[in-house]
Amino acid sequence: MILTSLDIDVEALEARTGWSIRPEGACKGDVCVPLSADAVADGRVSVPRLAERMRMPLLRDEAHGLWALGPESGGRALTTAEAPDLVLPDRHGRPFALSSLRGRKVLLVAWASW
Amino acid sequence: MWQALSTELRPRGLEIVTVALDLDPEAAYRYIDKAAPDHPSLIDSAHVVDELLGVVNVPNGVWIDEDGVLVRPAEPASPGRNPALDSLLSIDTSTLPPHLADTLLEARKIKLDHKSYVVALRDWVANGAESPYALGPDEVVRRSQPRSLDVATAAAAFELGQELHRRGHPSDAVAWFREAHRLQPDNWTYKRQAWSLVDPLQGPTDEYKGHWAKDIKEIGAENYYPPLDLSPGLPD
Repeated sequence: MILTSLDIDVEALEARTGWSIRPEGACKGDVCVPLSADAVADGRVSVPRLAERMRMPLLRDEAHGLWALGPESGGRALTTAEAPDLVLPDRHGRPFALSSLRGRKVLLVAWASW
Repeated sequence: MWQALSTELRPRGLEIVTVALDLDPEAAYRYIDKAAPDHPSLIDSAHVVDELLGVVNVPNGVWIDEDGVLVRPAEPASPGRNPALDSLLSIDTSTLPPHLADTLLEARKIKLDHKSYVVALRDWVANGAESPYALGPDEVVRRSQPRSLDVATAAAAFELGQELHRRGHPSDAVAWFREAHRLQPDNWTYKRQAWSLVDPLQGPTDEYKGHWAKDIKEIGAENYYPPLDLSPGLPD
């Protein structure tokens, strides 16, 4: 997740990473990781606190004033089997929510032009 | 490529959704416009799917059931032989410059078990959770890609590279792409996306130590895709 400051809106965090901030901590599916009391305030998350607790790497590009917060580490790519709530644009730029296909089986295929 | 299978299996309850992992959406549009699929065909220009699902090469497929639960994690996925690719691979290599000939000779050795994949997919569509190919949630997590601190750091480095490229700083992006390649050398998505921004044919460049033919020789082309593991999962 690209950042220009070290505290981020909880909704932006969830939209990009799938981790939601709840009273129990940072949660994805039925997995919750407790956070320290000072990690969340006024709907914003302290990125260094979150990164340390979740073993998320935090890289800095000084020249361009950017940080990148990587995903949680130490386990597998999937924390839960619940599908991420992906919303991606189609060919014409219209957002398409994967969740709109609930009730049907889905084969999601990743490909590339390169 | 997936249209025929989509036409066959949609009436039986399967929706095929393709996602192009392309920093430059225009590059994907050309293929989508030519194929004109009637299934959802999406663009992931930030490579979010790679990170969220553990995709390290393409094509990869993920199965999601009616409740939005993954029943197979990311794995090599193909509906069948690709006539356009087969035609490319059949070019007489003696007519090509050495590095292109090298690339084609290696590409011919790649194995992707599309027949077994399609058999498994049809079985799941017909039998749902009773299909031996539908895995339980714990097994899905277990079979997803490992994520060490290096792998997670590679994701952050790759994202910085993409961001800088998008902002018009391609030479600054290269350093972050190199770092992603160093940290996760078996991630072909990171490599091929970055190489293709310098040379669409992914041959040798001044920017990167590796290139497609060189790196694939190092691992052996037959290992480019891991073998499809269609064994039943352990009980959850």
